[in-house]
Amino acid sequence: MKLRREEVLHLARLVRLGLSEEEIEKFSVQLSNILENFEILKQVDTTNLPPMTQSIALQNVFREDEPSPSYHPEEVLANAPQREGNYFKIRAVLE
Amino acid sequence: MDELYRLTIHQACQLLRQGSLSSAELTSACFKRIEQVDNKIHACVTICPDIALEQAREADRLIRSGENLDPLTGIPALIKDNISTKGIKTTCSSKMLQNFVPPYDATVIRHLKARNVVILGKTNMDEFAMGSSTENSAFFPTRNPWDLSRVPGGSSGGSAAAIAADEAVYALGSDTGGSIRQPAGFCNVVGLKPTYGRVSRFGLVAFASSLDQIGPITKNVTDCALVLNAIAGSDPNDSTTAPYPTPDYTRALIPEIKNLRLGVPREYFVEGMQQEVRTALEIAIRKLEELGAKVDTDVSLPHTRYALAVYYIIAPSEASANLARYDGVKYGYSYQETDNMWEAMEKTKQNGFGPEVKRRIMLGTYALSAGYYDAYYLKAQKVRTLIKNEFDQVFQKYDALITPTSPTVPFKLGERIDDPLQMYLSDVCTLPVNIAGLPAISIPAGFAHSLPVGMQIIGKPFGEETILRIAFTYEQATEWHKRKPEI
Repeated sequence: MKLRREEVLHLARLVRLGLSEEEIEKFSVQLSNILENFEILKQVDTTNLPPMTQSIALQNVFREDEPSPSYHPEEVLANAPQREGNYFKIRAVLE
Repeated sequence: MDELYRLTIHQACQLLRQGSLSSAELTSACFKRIEQVDNKIHACVTICPDIALEQAREADRLIRSGENLDPLTGIPALIKDNISTKGIKTTCSSKMLQNFVPPYDATVIRHLKARNVVILGKTNMDEFAMGSSTENSAFFPTRNPWDLSRVPGGSSGGSAAAIAADEAVYALGSDTGGSIRQPAGFCNVVGLKPTYGRVSRFGLVAFASSLDQIGPITKNVTDCALVLNAIAGSDPNDSTTAPYPTPDYTRALIPEIKNLRLGVPREYFVEGMQQEVRTALEIAIRKLEELGAKVDTDVSLPHTRYALAVYYIIAPSEASANLARYDGVKYGYSYQETDNMWEAMEKTKQNGFGPEVKRRIMLGTYALSAGYYDAYYLKAQKVRTLIKNEFDQVFQKYDALITPTSPTVPFKLGERIDDPLQMYLSDVCTLPVNIAGLPAISIPAGFAHSLPVGMQIIGKPFGEETILRIAFTYEQATEWHKRKPEI
């Protein structure tokens, strides 16, 4: 079994991940091999079972909304690939 | 003493307090050791001698004045490179974060700094903690100090190999599916994954948020308890931390396991398990029996066989969401040779991530995408409930479970790297523990083919004291942890 090329490209586009021709070919085989191994879960009867999102039974955790010191803009922007003044600089979203 | 780098935390702490050793001397000894052996092991990605020696001198000043005396004060540590360290590069062994310098410390680092520990540097790992051999580092693979042609395990392979080779007194790792325990087992050191919620993950670069935990990698069980004391506790910055008080874990270090009920689930002695590993484990289990534990080998956790599939759906799904932030805008590698926003984003990820990270992002995206969500992600979450319920039931009868840490001894570099499924199988004994959020420790339990074998002790939620006690009792009665690789 092999994932179709269009399926691989569709997934990559959903997460905006660029792939080389070689990677498209490789992933279409590897992903389907891995997915085949997941078929085993079909054997398990999960009727009426709740899904588990994490392992400790914490509900919503609230705190008071109190102001506290934040970071200096220089610290926040120190790793920015591109900046202009105190802003992250990005390319035009709408042409 | 010539071999200062061999000291454990509790030994070094005693010498520091007696005044017969300074933190600066100990720190220098560790750096000398790193210089001697790390060109063979490749455990470190960053070392910071200037900062470390400054921290050591400050610790020495405090120790002389008798202030702030914590057992960790002045003791040098290495930190896995996915744990944020303010002012020190935190790369996740990825091209994506190759030059990333965090503006803040992870909560665990804050806890260590409050105790005036010395941070020697950062250790190598599988990129973004995805892998079981440290071969997925974008920089270089780490080698097992016991056999340089073999892997140290992963993803915390740098931390485990460094401690086995005495490059630091202890290290921190992170564990999403076995990433502390499996390398600890492969390198003959102690590694603990605490209960989900026991240790804050604030500042840990997120991989799979419902599974990730930070924990210690140490030379023995006493040191493990000392480090856990420092890093455990609730944190306003991590709302998944448990609001329970933190006990003094060193109080659990009692060499006494009489009448403790230990279960040995048969599903962990899997097909494909090496015979010599099985034998080593059987001998270790007999030892626990001799020490007074009530061992029951007729225990079954039948849903264990679904854990691998559950894990490799849930972890990549969470990863695909967590890693969406690496878009080249706020930090990290950024592709610049285009004016097109989408192309920039796609090329940033294409060039910044390695093959395993891309594979998991794709896998997770598949499991979460329209038409497949119910069949994969939701199904996996429901089976996760079953696995957790099964552990809960078994823990009504037993105080802890004993299993191998890994079904095999460390494998050769290159042996599994082209076969993702084979690689995933090396975590088969450790990942059910993350799925259920339980604490588990791996301790040295023998050798097979002259390579280390780890024993995993799994506890009830927040049952760290029980598993530390069992581990301590076994360690006191055996010599495995004292064996050192020849490097």
